[in-house]
Amino acid sequence: MKLREIAHCRAGDKGNTLNVSVIAYDERDFRLLQDQVTIERVRGAYGNRVKGKIERYELPNIGALNFVLHDALAGGVTTSLSSDPHGKSFSAIMVNIDLPEPEVAYGRKTGHKNNE
Amino acid sequence: MPASSPNKSIVTSVRIGCGAGYAGDRWEPALECVERGAIDYLVYETLAERTIALGQLEKLRDPARGYNPMLEARLRLVLKPAMARGVRIVSNMGAANPLAAGEAVLRVARELGMGSLTVAVVLGDDVTELVRGINVLLMEDGEPLDTIKPMMVSANAYLGADAVAAGLASGANVVITGRVADPSLFVGCMLDGLQWRDDDYTKLGQATVAGHLMECAGQITGGYFADPGYKDVAGLARLGFPICEMRSDGAAFITKPEGSGGAVTLATCKEQLLYEVHDPSRYVTPDCVADFTAVKFSQSESEAACDVVFKGGQAAPRTGTYKVSVGYRAGYVGEGHMAYAGPGALDRAKLAGDIVRERLALRKISLEELRVDLIGHSSLHAEASHNDAAEPYEVRLRVSGRSQNKSDAAAVGEEVQTLYTNGPYGGASDFMQVKEVIGVRSILLDRSEVKTEVRVLSL
Repeated sequence: MKLREIAHCRAGDKGNTLNVSVIAYDERDFRLLQDQVTIERVRGAYGNRVKGKIERYELPNIGALNFVLHDALAGGVTTSLSSDPHGKSFSAIMVNIDLPEPEVAYGRKTGHKNNE
Repeated sequence: MPASSPNKSIVTSVRIGCGAGYAGDRWEPALECVERGAIDYLVYETLAERTIALGQLEKLRDPARGYNPMLEARLRLVLKPAMARGVRIVSNMGAANPLAAGEAVLRVARELGMGSLTVAVVLGDDVTELVRGINVLLMEDGEPLDTIKPMMVSANAYLGADAVAAGLASGANVVITGRVADPSLFVGCMLDGLQWRDDDYTKLGQATVAGHLMECAGQITGGYFADPGYKDVAGLARLGFPICEMRSDGAAFITKPEGSGGAVTLATCKEQLLYEVHDPSRYVTPDCVADFTAVKFSQSESEAACDVVFKGGQAAPRTGTYKVSVGYRAGYVGEGHMAYAGPGALDRAKLAGDIVRERLALRKISLEELRVDLIGHSSLHAEASHNDAAEPYEVRLRVSGRSQNKSDAAAVGEEVQTLYTNGPYGGASDFMQVKEVIGVRSILLDRSEVKTEVRVLSL
């Protein structure tokens, strides 16, 4: 299952640091995100595009995780040679992460059979 | 009760609309907020990281410029209807030259035949001269400020809501600032309208959440969000900009003008809450250290289905420093494109990139960094992105390089263009440019070093 089926993401920039939020469509999937969307898995997805450390913050209040990816914007927004200096397109890497097929997922596509 | 009420003590709520979330944003949503949003304040946020540095360079060429070049056009559209409804306008469109921007507002009012108008100009963010005299460490990499000082063009402190509220306290119709932290533009309106103290951290926490949700305009009403089949948003061509209603007890919601496109939903609000946030329990602004970890969103019980209520914004006291962004000349970037289509397009684009690399080396072009991208294949997500992708039918080569020397930077585009007659077959649609680069780094400055001031200009 792709992360995209149960969560949505937004990328933001500050200097040479990228943040990508991972937000459950259904807050009941927060535990699943907590268990499965690990720093290791995120590092695997971003590969050497992230040169620095990766931090993960948990927001059970909105059913979300927030990843902070250091040294990820080719030296920083203002001097980068990238055609995407802000990393706007980098949330698409997150939603494409493969997760093990869960027993129960309440999110967008699987939700209809699990909601009731 | 609107903020223009004669007796401020009975004001129980304010409504603030966002007119722009960046310098080039759409124009007419602001008018929609004014005409159909029942707002008390309209806030335009138009300063990106390096906008002030670019404005400073413009001001050096022409002392009457250096503010947002769209200021006149934006205000021509809204000034009369805003004043007719008692809507006050707040904006950081002053950029590197807030005083000239204030004069420009008065010129627009005269053009429109308006009888009276007052503009409050907030000064004090420009700390360039002060920063020239100090040496501290850069926040980004710990290098000394002195390493970029010879190339420095600007240094501006991120002022807070207190400076905006001071501008509004003058009674002016329009408040123009230079650098102010984005959420603080909105928080300042709440301090003014609800007569909140700037050290009431219970209120500041919730106000900062509001300002943060509002600062990127359409990003909370369905912009930067749509993903067809997953996250569908109707009416993006008529996207409405957000309106925040804040009550004196801290109850608040986000909505948008009736009949506009887009949607304010739990999902758009959650995405925007975390936009450009690192540690969500420590979101540092000049006003406070906000904590988003207890924020809850819910669908409003009121009549409008699109409203989202938010609560739980908290804050700790502000730090003793202002963040200052320092703009400096960082050399030149040259760029060239050439596109290939049909069988073998990818191989031809790769060959073309190799040729350009070799040419630049043969000519001993001095570049700090050279980057070769294959647009349509690997330009955005680089090598790991295309492992499972089929070969694209069209590929656009993009070569970019940075140099301290303008002619060396320009050579990048030149060498891409010569591929027409010297490279693989079928190169098309070339493009080249060379631009000066303004870099931005940050330092912290003790709050006591920064003196703010309000100047009132009138017709």
